Amino acid sequence: MTKLGEYYPMDRSRQPAALTPDYKTSVARSPQYALISLENTQSEMTGPVFGQNDIDPRDKDLIYNYAQAGESAIGERIILHGRVLDENARPVPNTLVEIWQANAGGRYRHKKDTYLAPIDPNFGGCGRTLTNETGYFYFRTIKPGAYPWRNTINNWRPAHIHLSIFGEAFLQRLITQCYFEGDPLIPLCPIVQTIPDPEAIDQLTARLDMNATIPLDTIAYRFDIVLRGRRSTLFENRLEGN
Amino acid sequence: MSHDLHVLKQTASQTAGPYVHIGLAPAAAGFDIYHNELGRDIAGPHAKGERIRVEGVVIDGVGAPIKDVLIEVWQANSEGYFANSSGSEVEDGFCGWGRVITDFETGEWGFDTVKPGAVPGRDGTIQAPHISFWLVSRGINIGLNTRMYFGDEPEANAADPVLNLIEWERRRATVIADRTLRDGVAVYRFDIKIQGEDETIFFDI
Repeated sequence: MTKLGEYYPMDRSRQPAALTPDYKTSVARSPQYALISLENTQSEMTGPVFGQNDIDPRDKDLIYNYAQAGESAIGERIILHGRVLDENARPVPNTLVEIWQANAGGRYRHKKDTYLAPIDPNFGGCGRTLTNETGYFYFRTIKPGAYPWRNTINNWRPAHIHLSIFGEAFLQRLITQCYFEGDPLIPLCPIVQTIPDPEAIDQLTARLDMNATIPLDTIAYRFDIVLRGRRSTLFENRLEGN
Repeated sequence: MSHDLHVLKQTASQTAGPYVHIGLAPAAAGFDIYHNELGRDIAGPHAKGERIRVEGVVIDGVGAPIKDVLIEVWQANSEGYFANSSGSEVEDGFCGWGRVITDFETGEWGFDTVKPGAVPGRDGTIQAPHISFWLVSRGINIGLNTRMYFGDEPEANAADPVLNLIEWERRRATVIADRTLRDGVAVYRFDIKIQGEDETIFFDI
């Protein structure tokens, strides 16, 4: 078996704490004891692998993947694209990226969402794709709307798309949210502000990407994702990679 | 800058929110969109070893079940091999990874799999059979990692290098599931307490 370098630790300085009282739901859902830190073992350095047979090419097109024939989802047509990289800027190829979001009015297709904005009959709100050999992925969707939520009685989520990324190891597993450049709700959102580092918040803000827009058709936003990287195996019996 | 390390910064986590099922298990959200929802069959039809069921509930600091939690599990096969480790052969259809959702009314969850084998640890050690868990939900800002060990493996558990890192012996019991039999099938009960008395051990992996 190939000797592979171990992963860098989680950078907790850029990650939200478990307990963030301004996001009220975290108060009863946050462990109080310290986490037990583990060095990597096979259990954490391995993870599931997916292939093109597991998904459908249409899954990444949210404008059409739940629409009736000849119809499409309502809203501002956008492309969300980027690369999945590790901390060493190495691409993470063939990894599953899943997204979900509210519709253009800020309503989710979920039996637990009761917001008064209407369901769009042609919009499901989920998509998935695999990155290519350079770590690149893209989705076509509509820009989600802002919506209110019960935290204080006047909290509004900025427009956002949820993303789930696997990487190559169970310890790289990540769920996050992508925001949109210029949204005035970003600094007001208690969920965004669970992240202590303003730079880390900025990294969750997708950039308008005029070069990737399709003229007269679809506007593009760029969103790159960085997963934990791994060490080179210096001073060990077998040098690999580097 | 000649001393620039050229290291990118890790993307921060954000809560999966209450509607995580739309993205990861849309049938549970109430609609049918994918031809193949992932993570439904962990072991596949050809896996060797003992077929088992694992059940539990995730409980918050108030003592209430967390009904909107989503769990992912990752395990070796009955011989201790992971599905993606190069050079190892697992049974055709064995994935070792699963997605587990709760009953929205009760918070109860359960999944069927095979009992994993012991797995190599660091520096020539052996890890007792275990299943890795990753929990996300509304109110959880960053996924919580834990492991489930098997109550019928007292000797392996006593020698396990990870369990032995836990300074408080009493807390080790929070990650060891009791085994019972139901209609001849082994059922392991693994209740996870996020916070409070008998809080489950969580790991920074």
